[in-house]
Amino acid sequence: MKWVRTTAIVFLLGISAACLLANLIAPASYAHQFREEPDASPSRQHLLGTDDLGRDRFSRLLYGTRVSLLLAPAAALLSSGLAAFVGGIAGFAGGRVERFVMAGTDLFLSLPWLFLLITVRALLPLNVSPIVSVLITFAMLGCLGWAGAARIICADARALSQSDFILLARASGSTGFRLLRRHLVPNLKPVLYAQFWISVPVFILTEANLGILGLGVAEPLPSWGSLLRELEGFSSVSGQTWQLVPLILFILVVSSFHLVLTKEELPV
Amino acid sequence: MAQPTIIWKLPAEDIYTRSALPKLAAKILVTVLIGGFLGATLVRLAPGFGVDEEELDARLSDRSIQALRETRDNEPNLFVFYFRYLNRLVHGDLGTSRTLQRPVLQLVAERLPETLKSVALGLALGWSTGFLLAVAIVMSRAWLLDLLGGLLVGVLLCLPAAVLALLFVLAQAPARLLLGLVVFPKIFRYSRNLLARSSALPHVLTARAKGLGNVRVLVWHVLPTAAPQLLALLGVTVSVAFTAAIPMEALCDIPGIGQLAWKAALGRDVALLVNLTMVVTLVTLIANSASDMMGKTFRASEA
Repeated sequence: MKWVRTTAIVFLLGISAACLLANLIAPASYAHQFREEPDASPSRQHLLGTDDLGRDRFSRLLYGTRVSLLLAPAAALLSSGLAAFVGGIAGFAGGRVERFVMAGTDLFLSLPWLFLLITVRALLPLNVSPIVSVLITFAMLGCLGWAGAARIICADARALSQSDFILLARASGSTGFRLLRRHLVPNLKPVLYAQFWISVPVFILTEANLGILGLGVAEPLPSWGSLLRELEGFSSVSGQTWQLVPLILFILVVSSFHLVLTKEELPV
Repeated sequence: MAQPTIIWKLPAEDIYTRSALPKLAAKILVTVLIGGFLGATLVRLAPGFGVDEEELDARLSDRSIQALRETRDNEPNLFVFYFRYLNRLVHGDLGTSRTLQRPVLQLVAERLPETLKSVALGLALGWSTGFLLAVAIVMSRAWLLDLLGGLLVGVLLCLPAAVLALLFVLAQAPARLLLGLVVFPKIFRYSRNLLARSSALPHVLTARAKGLGNVRVLVWHVLPTAAPQLLALLGVTVSVAFTAAIPMEALCDIPGIGQLAWKAALGRDVALLVNLTMVVTLVTLIANSASDMMGKTFRASEA
């Protein structure tokens, strides 16, 4: 199903480009209030109408998508980097180091993520700015999401360090850092790549959960969490179907991330 | 000729259970203690520790703010902070919730049964539908059913639990079914892949070629191969269900520990949040260990 994968990648690239150019495309700033037009229906000026504070929904969608699409991959990069460091060293060193590190990883995996996240999120200073709040939210996601990937990378690194070519490299005099840099890391790249792509939608979903609960990115900065929170006021009777656009876009983006990986690259 | 000696053997599961139980209990205890310490560390080192909304009240003087701070247990030393906490825990005192002004133990005892009920119902629903659909698809090899199942699961995997909760509220659907919908796609996808892999094994193909019926192939050849991994999934789904319980209970107004955690987070109630995290860690650890143990017992009995 190569065409499905290609379509997903093209769609993600298109959305990313639109979000990066939000300053040019969006008709207004995400925080600008059209005070005379709260809860307005879609028009030429406001493609998706306005919210209850009179802010342009289309602009908020563009900026909110930008926040999530830029920072979720950044968090995934952080967690994949941590996983590569921890798992790679444990798998390469083996023995007691591996047992100790894997015990720590098991501990981390048994902690309930969302409980821990809301605990830390609730303890941020009250006067934190929206930009700092969004950075902290995604940094926390990155710092807490490495454990599962570290287990997989550790198993792969262990298998690699016992393989013939590593044995040959060792016999040729390669040791320590050189062995790691020249032989181990390049061969771990496919696993790291898969872990990265698996983490991105997970972080987007977690941020959305936090945002809907009011514990995500602080207002007025939009993110998918805060945009989806508006569904609380949605009523099927009112016929304001344009309020569903963020949800549809969200499903399309997350499913595109799921489709980027081929069947062989996905775990069972 | 030597006489054959009769070796009395305990069933494999008994050997495993007897030797492993104390070890497992110790492992769980150590993990919960370390988890509690990590939780306390995060709380103690968080930039907002010891800061309260009340302090932002412009009407309060410096002395009043100082007096407010002194009423709180803001021990600067992390180890002393945690040791005091453990000491109180040993004496059955989990502290008092600052926002609700009630003992944490009482709150947990009141609300945990609600959450356990929702989690049990969700797991039963998710497992029965997800597993049965996977079995039906793998055994019938119906491509249309596979495609439809895949699409449904694909959409459900893209929806955060909180959005599902909002949709349930809008549709006025029974909220407790939501956890089943969160667990279902994970079980379906995993068991479908696992069963498909098991049913492609040479001995299963041989059994089919010899004319064995679908039910016999499934019960005697496919399920025994996939069972240990499916049992391991059971523990993971308990953790998934507990995590999804927060948005479900918060948005659908179910008085469980998920809602309590959400209220505690909004009210910056540290004591309550750390205790709830430890309670949920304990429950998920027990569930994970039990499913792990069942898987190993199954493997041992198969061997």
